[in-house]
Amino acid sequence: MDAQIKFYQTGTFTVGNRLLAEDQRTVQADMHRTNSLNSGHRACQGCGEALGARYAIDAAMRATDNQLIAVNATGCLEVFSTPYPETSWQIPWIHSLFGNAAAVASGVAAAQRALGRSHVRVIAQGGDGGTTDIGFGCLSGMFERNDDVLYICYDNEAYMNTGVQRSSATPPLARTATTPAVGPFPGNVFGTGKNVPRIAMAHGIPYVATASVSNLRDLERKVTYAMSIDGARYIHIFVPCPLGWGSASDDTIKIARLAVETGLFPLFEAHHGEVTAHTQIRHKVPVTEYLKLQKRYAHLFGNPPDLGRIALIQQMADHNIAKYDLLN
Amino acid sequence: MLKQTEGSHAVAEAVALCRPQVICAYPITPQTHIVEGLGEMVKAGELADCEFINVESEFAAMSVAIGSSAAGVRTYTATSSQGLLFMAEAVYNAAGLGLPIVMTIGNRAIGAPINIWNDHSDSMSMRDAGWIQLFAETNQEALDLHIQAFRLAEELSCPVMVCMDGFILTHAYERVDIPTQEQVDAFLPRYQPRQLLDPADPVSFGALVGPEAFTEVRYLQHHKQLRAIGLIPQLAAAFSKQFGRNSGGLLRTYRTEDAETIVVALGSVNGTVQDVVDEMRERGVRIGSVSICSFRPFPLAALRAALEHAKRVVVLEKCLAVGLGGIVSDGVRKSLSGIALKGYTVIAGLGGRAITRASLTRLFEDAGRDELEQVTFLDLNADVVSFELERESKTRRTGPTAEAILRHIGTVAASIG
Amino acid sequence: MDKPYAITLDPGSSLANKTGAWRTNRPLYVDRLPPCNHACPAGENIQGWLYHAESGDYEAAWRALTEDNPLAAIMGRVCYHPCEGACNRGKLDESVGINSVERFLGDEAIKHGWKFAAPAAESGKRVLVVGAGPSGLSAAYHLRRLGHSVRIVDAGPLAGGMMRFGIPKYRLPRDVLDAEIQRILDLGVELQLNTKVSNILETMRAGRFDAAFLAVGAHIAKRAYIPAGEAAHMLDAVSVLRSMENEDKPMLGRRVVVYGGGNTALDVARTAKRLGATEAIIVYRRTRDKMPAHDFEVEEALQEGVLIKWLSTIKNIADEGTLTVEKMALDASGFPQPTGEYETLESDSLVLALGQDVDLSLLEGVPGLEIKNGTVQVAPNMMTGYPGIFAGGDMVPSERTVTVGVGHGKKAARHIHAWLSGTVYAPAPKHELATFDKMNPWYYSDAPKTVRPMLELARRTSTFDEVVSGLDESNALFEARRCLSCGNCFECDNCYGVCPDNAVIKLGPGKRFEFNFDYCKGCGICVSECPCGAIKMVPESI
Repeated sequence: MDAQIKFYQTGTFTVGNRLLAEDQRTVQADMHRTNSLNSGHRACQGCGEALGARYAIDAAMRATDNQLIAVNATGCLEVFSTPYPETSWQIPWIHSLFGNAAAVASGVAAAQRALGRSHVRVIAQGGDGGTTDIGFGCLSGMFERNDDVLYICYDNEAYMNTGVQRSSATPPLARTATTPAVGPFPGNVFGTGKNVPRIAMAHGIPYVATASVSNLRDLERKVTYAMSIDGARYIHIFVPCPLGWGSASDDTIKIARLAVETGLFPLFEAHHGEVTAHTQIRHKVPVTEYLKLQKRYAHLFGNPPDLGRIALIQQMADHNIAKYDLLN
Repeated sequence: MLKQTEGSHAVAEAVALCRPQVICAYPITPQTHIVEGLGEMVKAGELADCEFINVESEFAAMSVAIGSSAAGVRTYTATSSQGLLFMAEAVYNAAGLGLPIVMTIGNRAIGAPINIWNDHSDSMSMRDAGWIQLFAETNQEALDLHIQAFRLAEELSCPVMVCMDGFILTHAYERVDIPTQEQVDAFLPRYQPRQLLDPADPVSFGALVGPEAFTEVRYLQHHKQLRAIGLIPQLAAAFSKQFGRNSGGLLRTYRTEDAETIVVALGSVNGTVQDVVDEMRERGVRIGSVSICSFRPFPLAALRAALEHAKRVVVLEKCLAVGLGGIVSDGVRKSLSGIALKGYTVIAGLGGRAITRASLTRLFEDAGRDELEQVTFLDLNADVVSFELERESKTRRTGPTAEAILRHIGTVAASIG
Repeated sequence: MDKPYAITLDPGSSLANKTGAWRTNRPLYVDRLPPCNHACPAGENIQGWLYHAESGDYEAAWRALTEDNPLAAIMGRVCYHPCEGACNRGKLDESVGINSVERFLGDEAIKHGWKFAAPAAESGKRVLVVGAGPSGLSAAYHLRRLGHSVRIVDAGPLAGGMMRFGIPKYRLPRDVLDAEIQRILDLGVELQLNTKVSNILETMRAGRFDAAFLAVGAHIAKRAYIPAGEAAHMLDAVSVLRSMENEDKPMLGRRVVVYGGGNTALDVARTAKRLGATEAIIVYRRTRDKMPAHDFEVEEALQEGVLIKWLSTIKNIADEGTLTVEKMALDASGFPQPTGEYETLESDSLVLALGQDVDLSLLEGVPGLEIKNGTVQVAPNMMTGYPGIFAGGDMVPSERTVTVGVGHGKKAARHIHAWLSGTVYAPAPKHELATFDKMNPWYYSDAPKTVRPMLELARRTSTFDEVVSGLDESNALFEARRCLSCGNCFECDNCYGVCPDNAVIKLGPGKRFEFNFDYCKGCGICVSECPCGAIKMVPESI
């Protein structure tokens, strides 16, 4: 876990701090960080994915001494970062199709081996749609072969780029364009959905982790660690989408933080199929704090509020807290 | 070196000589023996600096190929039929990105109904994807075309598929001449990518292109294939010089100089056609044939030159444009634009049905008397067809057509007439 | 690389797309007024000097502090720290121990012998300061730094005012007091002791002073009408405490009764204990929550065994020291009303601690002055009705603390300076207050307040050693770092890190940040995630 940093005002929580030694600050604090995803991209105001991508790729660039190639699935990240004639990427980057990022990355990694350049590392990245649904087959194949690829999924819990349709990562009760908040069972249905981190663990791959844009240090540590080992690795990053979730553009990090603090999004790591560590919840909060900031849950807060369904979500959160021992 | 070997294995050896760096494949009949052969060579250490990837689907196979080709290494894969369709999105993607991947298609029919035997419907389904498509007539040509294909692909930055008839070529044991490594090295230089993913010189590959530039990108793709029309004969000539035999090129003519009837076909059936031509010539019939090797780019000018003096053209196709008729016929008709001669489309060999000399002889004689329909299905069992049509008109709940016909015939489909 | 048309793009090409055009609001870096600064009567830039202390630059911190207040080590012992009461950290866990850190810095300064920088140039003007208490010393310090020639006169034998003659040694050791005073004098300030000014105008004329600052304090003990026998030992708190500075300490006897409820009463009671009294009893007419004395003083006193009789007034004192005490009861509006019940109390001496009045005799004959409630009225510029005569401290209407006095001295000095040069001193308008709701407290590490060690009880009651010790360096550093830096950027890099559009430019250590308005989309995440609330959104001008 994090090295014990003597009390430095905000040292363990903020991006940097003038009182901290340089090597104790995050990669993001560095004036010379790569800015792998640079300005001028067309992400919405307050986009969590744009932030998560820069966080992850900058950390990976630092960890690999800038020897990195990225493969991107079709989706928001790809579309807003490379509209001809502009690209925001400062690193070698390829976009092929929606469902094949993991396979293309396997190919790039194989090429590096064939060239005798295994110090050049490969990251595949995609949204939840491209990872949990259409890209699932290729993802499983990459895991199974233990190809030397780090796959990063940016999870904003729906197909955002095409207009907020439901994916297998959409949580229960959330409103999307294909699970509208109408009728006797508004929003997404309970009992559906995939937990891809746990599916990744079932493949027995060397490293699986979940991370959030609200905890930069944790995210960077996990990416850095992932780049220090070989084989198939998977990191699942929680990235709020203001437009799709109906939240304020300045609440992005706050919402990500609440998802973690409620227990709805547990932060943990696993090696070869076993959970080996988790990040403790700092101050537990009830799920309503998280839900009420997002219009996609607005149907739960009518007059009167739908306490029964909110309680079901609370149960999910409590279940995670128990399962991963998040309060310790 | 002369060898008596299976067609697949000959291709495997040829591909190995081309020093591929990444090979990926998913099993599907009838290409499996090719990649199995290559896989064994890699595992035994006979192919140096080559990574062999067992992928989980054909879509993954082409995707892995896209990744490795974009990373600047010589990449190869193979598939057939359903597999080609499953990777369709990626096939278009590879051509759109301009990646010089070489892929073998072991031509096989596409279902439903599921069928493992040879016809050209698979390659034809991808004819407009932007890949160069070369058809081999013999096992020797099949192995030779692969060597030419890598050089062609890399010069143009365009992917190439080498098509060889499933089972007929892939599984046939024939005598072939396998070149030496030195010969291949002299013909095929090291791969120098036009674009590549390299941390030392970062680029973004695969941007979103809108209306303002898309047409130009497509035009440039088209232009590339038009350039191939000139390059393919050049490479064939260079190959001939280096290896001492003719292989490839845009097309080959056989006894067409004074022919009144010319038969046009792709692939291995040309062997049978040439045998029938020889026989009929002995009886004084002025008949010849053209074997098209490069189906994409389609050799309009060369074909026109070969056909323009004939009275009639019979296009013998192992594929069907359902609802229209012939596919190759369209290209032939286009090449003869403005020239008035009779053209006949013959659909033959679908799903692996044997094309016999006897059937072809009957067919060509009918053609010579202009007693052919516009579109003919060779050796169609008219009784079965009319029985089926009548049954369907009488009952709503007819059940699956294929099963009904099989029951009617009473034997397994691959019947020899 | 020969890139194919449109499909392959060069890195950095997105910079041509100025997404700043999307904005309807733009972020602005602001400096807001930290509540500690706002609450400090001496106007210290507390957040500013804590900033230096956090990085271990104690001298820089002390110099920042003494820009406003020259008496750091004293403040760290006697100031009632309203800053801590206002501190936003108090809403998170507990307020920052600002007072402890101030004391640490003051002690460091004394330890290392840090001196004040000499004034850049001499103005040629002469200013008289009457009273060498905190207010006068502060004024003298500021005036001297502005280049004026300053003379302090004081009626007493030693400088310090109430700091020496009112606050007991166990609260403010005299060596600390002497060191802080000397440092001011070392700037070239003249000090004339044992000099009582009887006529200010005369004194000014004689000394050719261009202006004067009066800070004579309130040294006259208030009296109450208590019938007393001739030999009754009745004293006033002011003179008792003053006489503690003499060679011979006052003789108060074994049972000392102190009448009054303010800090002075407690000081006397605790002093009495140390002088050997077996009983020190405070008689106060109301209850503990109504008592004007600070709670911590009451606590310390009770710990030391001082007794308090609540709701009691003294009717008379007989020769032998028997006091007649009437019990009081609070009425509906909280005022004590006599109940008619009496009791007696034995005492060897009765000390009256009923408040203090100002000796205004020096102002006789000065026209234009307004005296109200025994204090001199001054304008917002600290000037009395007579041009050139300024006043501050306990002699003007004020909350009577050392810190307030120091604040008056600084304010008056600035106005005197302006007046001497024929201009007006207009202080810069204050920034918006940095309230807790504008901050994001998530980012501050959990850190409980460090408590200052206290002297053991046994030693406290037998000696005049300092009761409360200071913090050592690591604790002081820890305490300083608990500061949230309300409303003032402390370069945590959060804005630089959380911008999805990479539209914050880091200018370098000490140089803070700048927005890149070519790309800022106005999402506002920087504002939300700035821990100290130093960014705000303003509408874009369209």
